[in-house]
Amino acid sequence: MSSLLVCAQPATGRPEAFRTTEKPALLLKRLSTVPHLSRVTPASRLEVRPAPETVSSGIAEIDALTGGLPRGCLTEIYGPASSGRTSLLLATIAAATQRQEACALVDVSDAFDPQSAAAAKVDFKNLLWVRCDPESKKNPPRRRGDTKKFSSAQANRSSRAWEPCLEQTLKTTDLLLQSSGLGLIAIDLGDIPLEAARRIPLTSWFRFRRAVENTPTVLLVVGQAPCARTCASLLLRMEGQRSAISPQLSVRKIPEPAQLLEGLHLQVEFVRSRLERKPAQSDRAALETRAAWTG
Amino acid sequence: MSFAAIFVPDFPVEAVLHLEPELRSRAVSVLEGKPPLQKIWGLNDNARRTGLEIDMTRLQAEAWPDLVLRCRSALQESAAHAALLACAQSFSPRVEDTACDTVVLDISGMESLFGPHAKLARDLARRASDLGVEANVAVASNPDVATIAARGFSGVTVIAAGQEQERLGNLPLEVLFANQNNERNQFLDTLERWGIRNLRAFAALPEMAISERLGKRGVYLQKLARGATSRTIVPVDPPLVFEEVVELECPLVLLEPLAFLLNRLLEQICARLSARALATQELRLKLELGQEEESGGTRVLARRAQTFTRTLRLPVPMLDAKVFLKLLQLDLQANPPGAPIKKIWLSAEPAKARAAQGGLFLPPSPEPEKLELTLARISGIVGEGKVGSVELLDTHRPEGFRIEHFTPATPEQKKSKANGDLDRNAVITALRMFRPRLSATVTLRDGKPALISCPKKKEVQGEVIWQAGPWRSSGDWWQPNSWARDEWDIALQTHAGVALYRLVRDLLTGRWFVEGTYD
Repeated sequence: MSSLLVCAQPATGRPEAFRTTEKPALLLKRLSTVPHLSRVTPASRLEVRPAPETVSSGIAEIDALTGGLPRGCLTEIYGPASSGRTSLLLATIAAATQRQEACALVDVSDAFDPQSAAAAKVDFKNLLWVRCDPESKKNPPRRRGDTKKFSSAQANRSSRAWEPCLEQTLKTTDLLLQSSGLGLIAIDLGDIPLEAARRIPLTSWFRFRRAVENTPTVLLVVGQAPCARTCASLLLRMEGQRSAISPQLSVRKIPEPAQLLEGLHLQVEFVRSRLERKPAQSDRAALETRAAWTG
Repeated sequence: MSFAAIFVPDFPVEAVLHLEPELRSRAVSVLEGKPPLQKIWGLNDNARRTGLEIDMTRLQAEAWPDLVLRCRSALQESAAHAALLACAQSFSPRVEDTACDTVVLDISGMESLFGPHAKLARDLARRASDLGVEANVAVASNPDVATIAARGFSGVTVIAAGQEQERLGNLPLEVLFANQNNERNQFLDTLERWGIRNLRAFAALPEMAISERLGKRGVYLQKLARGATSRTIVPVDPPLVFEEVVELECPLVLLEPLAFLLNRLLEQICARLSARALATQELRLKLELGQEEESGGTRVLARRAQTFTRTLRLPVPMLDAKVFLKLLQLDLQANPPGAPIKKIWLSAEPAKARAAQGGLFLPPSPEPEKLELTLARISGIVGEGKVGSVELLDTHRPEGFRIEHFTPATPEQKKSKANGDLDRNAVITALRMFRPRLSATVTLRDGKPALISCPKKKEVQGEVIWQAGPWRSSGDWWQPNSWARDEWDIALQTHAGVALYRLVRDLLTGRWFVEGTYD
């Protein structure tokens, strides 16, 4: 089936017809002869955007795998409980605060442990901690786009319980992105049920991505599953071993039967990066953490 | 020697217009006295043109259709006077507080700094206008001549040395007196009877005859009229108090009109601080509230006043009225006064303005003003005490930390710290806290947790496949809020793999809790 493509010639004003059944190369050649269209740059010849500056995540293995966390982009880390997401988050915050960058942590479930952060050498002077409170009576008026999703009658109870916190998170992140000058903004959705996290409208993630573009800020989202979807420029998956306990745990026995938790053996999977113009390919790296008491 | 005098005509009215500049184009009069015996104390030119006169009663004044009547306020006058002094002190360190409506400043040797005297006088008048006070400025070689010229000539006047008597000659005799009192009236009556109406005629009288008839005071006044007095000014060093006050005739109930008033007060304070090259790190807002009481079926304001105080502490010295206003608005929205507002005091604690040199190679940091606004807005969303930076306390008690105001490192601090290399250590196993901690039911086997169930979190239940502990700790036994606990690290099998939790047994109550998960 062929369709007719009609284009007005600017010189004469007379329409010229092209049949789309023609071979693409021939059609392109004919189209390029039209003076009006000759000024249109083909997508293949568009200028390549400069690669964003990357910063260290604070973990050599992650840096080797990803090339660092990109500034002005949204990076997403996801994985189940005890997969090392928070350890990676703290290491990234520690690295950023040690670079003397002002950082912000939007803690949706109020799960941040200052003792662990101190052990990870986070410089608290440079860290702004926002503790979302589900019982805060000062919830802001909802955005029109956000209400649509959150007020759905079909929402189950567990995800509804997180609605105030998620609203606070979206509002707070907006404000932090507008204030500019922060080196890292981390959103911790680690304890938020998958259904609740996925109720965050895609428009919010697009807004965040647009707001963080062309800024020196690293926007980091930690969750149980990817929820920023196409807005994430870098996607990392954290995981432990499926069933066996021994490879995941590093246990020291001193003496029998006392045992100590020395650390975790983790795996990081490099799922996707939109920064490189090459097909996404999955890659993995192993990672070890150590307990805070090991000093 | 050169002196400049700043004189504010109709000072009581100017004190009102200082805070209500939109009334400047209207006829305004200020009333003095207790109701209902109030009389007109001050008038502006617009009011005078309509035929109003000093000492008319309120009842008479109310017959004028477009007249704005305001009660005299000592607090507003002192605020306007402080603005006048601030204006003078921004030009010279030697300032004399001559009268409530007059200040004299020594401007000798200031030409190299501010230009010729005429330009300096114009700048003085402009600065006074910026501070909300319309004033006459006169420059002369003698402080008294400058004062008389400022009282007699409107606008800016410069009198060259030697021309004093000639320039002052046409002025009326009233300019010799700062205040209206009996002595002034008697003196003017006497000279009126002699047919003397201006300074030239008075100065021409023989000095001996004046001495015989009017005494020592008469001779002094004649010297003033000739511009021949000689005195040194008495410089004042007023305390650095930046305070503005508004007394409201009708109590304010809504925050929106309050914001308009606060904006005016803040602009005045910022202008005064700016004139002294200062900024502020602390703003204090005090509101006098009137309690409403039911009386005969209607609500009236009780006489019993109550004050409401808010203090805004800033991490760095700032000088931006818009930022201050927004911060105050956000603070008042979070903590509303709760009663009609009758009087507003706003004061600023002066601080040296910050001077920071940014570096090309220093990491970015948010602008302090913008950051303060952001923090205030976030506090409004998540609640007070939920935003800030962490300070760890010197204790082993769980949750041993407190939240402090977030103030990122300054460029100087960054410079000193940025020299070192990044400290790359092994990754720490982080703990995610459950707040509040989750109550759990634990079954022990050989004194170790073997089975756990947590009603509030379905994932945390089942057989414990590995455990480590107990790690016993206690503290504050000498205080009522003592604590003692056993900690266990446990592993549970979940559908996604192995999950590690911290299990705690409160030794004082014997209850089990899941405190967090290792992640």
